[in-house]
Amino acid sequence: MTTVLDNAVGTTPAPATTVGFGNVLRSEWTKLRSVRSTYWTALAAALSTLAIGIIVCAQWVHEIDRHREQKDTLDAALTSLNGLYLAQVAVGALGVLVISSEYGTGMIRATLAAVPQRRTLLAAKLVVFSACTFILGEIISFVTFGICQAILHRGASGVSITDGAALRAVFGGGLYVTAIGLLGFGLGALIRHTAGALSALFGLLFATTALADLLPTSWRNTVIEYMPLNAGSQIITTQPSHDSLSPWQGIGVLFLYGIVALAGALALISRRDA
Amino acid sequence: MDDVAMIRARELTKHYGKTRAVDGLSFDVLPGRVTGFLGPNGAGKSTTMRMIIGLDRPTSGSITVDERPYGAIRRPLHEVGAVLETRAVHGGRNAYNHLLCLAQSNGIGRRRVAEVLELVGLESVAKRRAGGFSLGMSQRLGLAAALLGDPPVLLCDEPVNGLDPEGIVWIRTLLRSLAAEGRTVFVSSHLMSEMAQTADHVIVVGKGRLIADESVEAIVSRSSLNSVRVRTPAHRRLAELVTTAGGSVRPEHDTLYITGMGAAQIGDLAAHHSIALHELSPQTASLEAAFMELTADSLDFQAELAS
Repeated sequence: MTTVLDNAVGTTPAPATTVGFGNVLRSEWTKLRSVRSTYWTALAAALSTLAIGIIVCAQWVHEIDRHREQKDTLDAALTSLNGLYLAQVAVGALGVLVISSEYGTGMIRATLAAVPQRRTLLAAKLVVFSACTFILGEIISFVTFGICQAILHRGASGVSITDGAALRAVFGGGLYVTAIGLLGFGLGALIRHTAGALSALFGLLFATTALADLLPTSWRNTVIEYMPLNAGSQIITTQPSHDSLSPWQGIGVLFLYGIVALAGALALISRRDA
Repeated sequence: MDDVAMIRARELTKHYGKTRAVDGLSFDVLPGRVTGFLGPNGAGKSTTMRMIIGLDRPTSGSITVDERPYGAIRRPLHEVGAVLETRAVHGGRNAYNHLLCLAQSNGIGRRRVAEVLELVGLESVAKRRAGGFSLGMSQRLGLAAALLGDPPVLLCDEPVNGLDPEGIVWIRTLLRSLAAEGRTVFVSSHLMSEMAQTADHVIVVGKGRLIADESVEAIVSRSSLNSVRVRTPAHRRLAELVTTAGGSVRPEHDTLYITGMGAAQIGDLAAHHSIALHELSPQTASLEAAFMELTADSLDFQAELAS
């Protein structure tokens, strides 16, 4: 046994590299691709968006056959992307888990022993996760749009991707999912406990609008405009209503929620005990 | 091998709320030997280990590795390998990928990952999810991660916990051979008997404070539990003489256990008074007994807390 040790330990030359951002990115990519939850979440997000899009669009075709006048009220892009509201649950949860599972399993101790520069670590994790979420979101969004418009065309009510507003809505679908993922990630990094961060995320997304309804009417509508879901979803609609933010303002506000959570996490990460 | 301390703690203090886990601890850990870090459970060993690798921030004081705080080290896996007591593995990831992601962050290649897997004897389960590993396998995986960068400093927090006897011998041999190569090996344990077989030097803590920092032999020879066993028909008479001469005696039937006097002094005293001795043998306290004696105060403190 001793000879094995003597050969294996001590004689391996240390590679002459330094911990750089590229190394940490590579490491985080390995982490993301080597756990099953990543694939399950991606699959859940893709299937739910596609399935709901197909069902809703098929229903519309059926409806339009009977009432031609409804055709004018149809937001063809938004209708096909309705399933993103379900996909966001999966992507938001993945954002939380990417960071909170490190704390939950204790992996964070091994991670920080290897990369004690905590902000570098968080930045690398964020870049890898948001790049993957963005690519996934755009693929889901464009593929679902394509399939659903083919269905809607049977009712002669589909739109083309070359339509300016439609392109913005479909590209925006991917952005929307990314923004939700980022918010999940920010909350995960800030709260560090899976259950707590998930509650905060879904509370922020779904409960805030209901709570805002309790506000006095004079400023209720303004507050509701800025609620994360209402603000963010403006990018997916091609028929914006007059009492909501513009598409780009809206998605900007949604990103801002994530950025605030992240800023909090960045401010605390070096001061906390891991 | 030089004598520059690789790990240096100075007035290291850590409070968690009102609890003082580590309280003004100063010590040096030198290369080329196994240094045991001993103390009862709750003495502040794990907290100190965590502060060495920057997981916890000291409330005050400092702890450095090769004269730098851990956070300032550019390639930490090449400088310090740490095996922590608590699990530090995502259970859903297989052993190979666990090691690979850690290796990549420090620019270490796949070949080295395969090497350390073989070194700790996990190559056959490399593609199995770490969540299904036994405690012993998890310890081996932790050790593999610590050895990735072939570091000159190795920290092990309670490494024998959960290991079977074969595993204990294996890790003991490994730690000793790493130290023999000139590395700094710092091993915590609450088991003095285990340390007696592994460590050359021990740092003993209790209630977060330093109790002793010396070689294993020094601790044993200093213990008040060292005694001389004497058997003689005239045991009553000898007991009186010893007490008068300043020693203390614990009689057991016709046998006396004498502390505070050496075997030579006792023999001379007996000869001077023409007392026949049937046995005169120095008794060395076990390291474990010496340890219990050293940490008795902090154990009392723990019992109070528990009650």
